[in-house]
Amino acid sequence: MRNPQLGVDGALKHLLTLEGLPAAVITQILDTAVPFASIGEREVKKVPLLRGKAVFNLFFENSTRTRTTFEIAAKRLSADVINLNIGASSTSKGETVLDTVDNLTAMDANIFVVRHCESGAPHLIASHLHAVGRHDVHVINAGDGRHQHPTQGLLDLYTIRHYKRDFRNLSVAIVGDILHSRVARSLIHGLATLGTPDVRVVAPQTLLPARIESLGVRVFHDMREGIRDCDVVVMLRLQNERMRGALLPSAGEYFKYYGLTPEKLALAKPDAIVMHPGPMNRGVEIDSAVADGERSVILPQVTFGIAVRMAVMSIIAGSPGARA
Amino acid sequence: MIPMLPDAEATLAELADRMRGAVSPEAAFVGIYSGGAWIAERLATMLGPAHRVGFLDVSFYRDDYERTGLKPNARRSALDFDVAGATIVLIDDVLFTGRSVRAAINELFDYGRPAAIELAVLVDRGGRELPIEATYVGVRLAVARNLDIVLSRDDKGMLALAAESRPSTR
Repeated sequence: MRNPQLGVDGALKHLLTLEGLPAAVITQILDTAVPFASIGEREVKKVPLLRGKAVFNLFFENSTRTRTTFEIAAKRLSADVINLNIGASSTSKGETVLDTVDNLTAMDANIFVVRHCESGAPHLIASHLHAVGRHDVHVINAGDGRHQHPTQGLLDLYTIRHYKRDFRNLSVAIVGDILHSRVARSLIHGLATLGTPDVRVVAPQTLLPARIESLGVRVFHDMREGIRDCDVVVMLRLQNERMRGALLPSAGEYFKYYGLTPEKLALAKPDAIVMHPGPMNRGVEIDSAVADGERSVILPQVTFGIAVRMAVMSIIAGSPGARA
Repeated sequence: MIPMLPDAEATLAELADRMRGAVSPEAAFVGIYSGGAWIAERLATMLGPAHRVGFLDVSFYRDDYERTGLKPNARRSALDFDVAGATIVLIDDVLFTGRSVRAAINELFDYGRPAAIELAVLVDRGGRELPIEATYVGVRLAVARNLDIVLSRDDKGMLALAAESRPSTR
């Protein structure tokens, strides 16, 4: 079966998942993001590529940061941006997701940036657009359920490449709530595709999905073992609502075993970088001394995220299907 | 018919001769990737190190994005001087339709308002589609529209010109 993200010519048409996305396409996105990053350093932080195009931020689930960085990225490409907080409007009146999409397509949308609490929602929208022959309209997954968050995965890959240059000799440890994390899933697929030899997940058994080893990662329950001698430590946000269930005893105990402190970080390589997709829970998964320390690249991640999203939007909006 | 092409190194020397004494001593040389960048570096060596050198990749300003999409291998533009108030000589290898130069001028203005922009090209092959002319020209050639004139650079940094058939997709 053809990868639904790619056109018949192999060009990127939608960005739905990093799973199965060829290394050449990932590398093309990362390479294209490099010149876009330099636009952020200029007096006029705008290029005219997407003039006259409309980007609809379709957020069925709230996220200030992701929506904002997509909005900035689209505006730096000179697109018009329309933000829709769907959770608060149409669906509560009973409209289906696909009816919402059809209505917005009739308003001349060119790109839908979709966040949804259900895994697969962006894929459903892309399939629908294909079925109704709208090959000029593109979908970017901005996070779907526990499934994927591909632009976050790409900006993580961009950050790692920026500081470490090459994936082929790296050890990367991903620490925390792997079970609920679409960020972790996207990053694991991307790291594997780019040939990272050593990817580790570090978490208590209750926060690991079943058969996670099948993704080619090594599993650690002891954080000191898990981050020993690694080049990159990716900390995941521990969502507070997990505490209410039976998954974890308390935030204090979690921090004791899985919080990143200067003492634990000392076990990683001396030049290891620390990443976090945000928003951070200081004192739950990460100590302030680490979050604000010299090895933290958490804020550069946010800045790189704009360039990566500019690259994705400009590549898909210029794909051959858009010109049919 | 493939035209007889002049030697690129000799043409570069002629272009430098025409610019010597005519170009402002403070002018910055800004080459358009990739051929124009090579020429800008060479001209700065030939005409004196006082000329600052910068590079532009015009991929994000091209007018054919709607037709051909984003070109792969876009590079980072690098202008390490203040464009506002600067005298700039834009440098390209081949001047044809004028569309790359239009894109480069637009990009320059997003860095600041230059005092003046001039244009130096190794080859002017005619065929303009925009009202753009070069200030300094290495050589003028008449070339059929179905041919591309391509500049290459070898390991030793020597430049060479070649004619290639245009891909029909354009």
